[in-house]
Amino acid sequence: MSEIRRRTITTSSSLQAMVNRALPWVVPVALLVLWQWASSNGMLPSRFLPAPKAVVTTFIELSRSGELWTHVRVSTMRALSGFALGGGLGLLLGLVTGCFHWAETLLDTTLQMIRNIPALALIPLVILWFGIDESAKLFLVALGVFFPVYINTFHGIQSVDRGLLEMGRTYGLSRWALYREVILPGALPSILVGVRFSLGFMWVMLIVAETISARSGIGYMTMNAREFMQTDVMVVGILLYALLGKIADLLSKGLERYWLRWHPAYQAAR
Amino acid sequence: MSTVFASREVLTQKMLTEERQYSRGVSVSISDVSIALGGRTVLENFNVEIAAGEFVAIVGRSGCGKSTLLRSIVGLETPQAGSIALGAIAQGKPDVRIMFQDSRLLPWKRVSQNVTLGLERSFIPQATKILYQVGLADRANDWPAILSGGQRQRVALARALVHDPALLLLDEPLGALDALTRIEMQELIESVWWNRGFTAVLVTHDVAEAITLADRVILIEGGRVALDEFIHLPRPRARGNARFASLEDRILGRVLQHRSIETNEPLAEAVNEEADAH
Repeated sequence: MSEIRRRTITTSSSLQAMVNRALPWVVPVALLVLWQWASSNGMLPSRFLPAPKAVVTTFIELSRSGELWTHVRVSTMRALSGFALGGGLGLLLGLVTGCFHWAETLLDTTLQMIRNIPALALIPLVILWFGIDESAKLFLVALGVFFPVYINTFHGIQSVDRGLLEMGRTYGLSRWALYREVILPGALPSILVGVRFSLGFMWVMLIVAETISARSGIGYMTMNAREFMQTDVMVVGILLYALLGKIADLLSKGLERYWLRWHPAYQAAR
Repeated sequence: MSTVFASREVLTQKMLTEERQYSRGVSVSISDVSIALGGRTVLENFNVEIAAGEFVAIVGRSGCGKSTLLRSIVGLETPQAGSIALGAIAQGKPDVRIMFQDSRLLPWKRVSQNVTLGLERSFIPQATKILYQVGLADRANDWPAILSGGQRQRVALARALVHDPALLLLDEPLGALDALTRIEMQELIESVWWNRGFTAVLVTHDVAEAITLADRVILIEGGRVALDEFIHLPRPRARGNARFASLEDRILGRVLQHRSIETNEPLAEAVNEEADAH
């Protein structure tokens, strides 16, 4: 019985693999086809939603003129510098509060209180403090990125195996060596979870910041298009956010796969 | 694996014909040590002298303080009173290493890097040699996560040995292994101890294991030494042996006796004193 089943599985395995690979794309492609069909049929007016073909054409036009890349570059720079600032600060504070009890006592309560304020609730104040220029956007992105990194770093260090620390101490590792060989690698899985979370927040905060006020960037492009009812440009902008978000996620996944290659969960693919 | 068994035959010959070298080991003197953990007294006025190169097994019921004793020797617990002193060795400061029940390998370092933890790069050839001795030369570049429990303990042993310790503390290192792997590991530990001449202190639940390996079995009860028995069986020791069996019976009987004191104090105590008198 099992012999027969195994044989049928092996003969159809290549077909099975192809079907498995195609399966996730069935729904998106069907939706796209339906969308194009409804648009060319006139059922979906272009002032409501442009046809996929129109979106592609606009994308090509915008990228030919170079306008698109300017906006993408500006937005990416904003996102990355905000991420570097907020993430770096979160990592640093997380390491300090995780390693030193006095720092936890001093800072953690305060940080937890601030964490519970929705970052977007600060927008009126942010506009008041920073006006509507670059520093306001930087601040918002950094704020959104800070807490996921901080909390996961802190948690990661707290959950480092005490047994390993003990072992390191009996093997005469100095404080710095203990930190480098045991604490940091032990906290790394958790830190990377924080980084992936924060990448999501990074784009949310950027979109909001660019939508409020900007003279360049993808958010500006989209809001500007709204003024002129250019739905195709708006859709291009939205899709760009999705694309950039996906790229950021892939990058962080790649980092995880490299840095955590010792972890059993990341060895399945080998 | 083959290295372990091949060396076993050589070792048997060695044990039968040669005198063991005791020079590398360090003596340990534990005097009047009292340790309380979380308000509970674990050891009280505890005294033990361990000779250089001796293999001592410490047995006792769970929570009797045998692990705490090992941890205090290596400095992971600080006694409230008394002193723990290591003797002098030929050169330098005596190196003390401890092996735990779990291997405590760093999962993010490859096997060879785990063995050379805290050492310079120049120790890599040394580490390779020791990995060969414990039968894991071909796993040097693997992650610890894919090793079996017994293999991990062998890596932990290699990591301890690469420092060439004068005193090796073994905190139930075989407790989580299956019966066959245990026997293999016991043979491995006995052979490296015999060859290198360090002092070994083994904490174990298993009286048979203690008798197989140790020169001397110490029973801890109520924070004190309740029994201190020298094992004069020739090495390597066979478990089927009648003298082995009678020793095991006697020590195991003594370990189990203590239970009656806890459950039924006044009556059992009287019985105990009578038994002790015999």
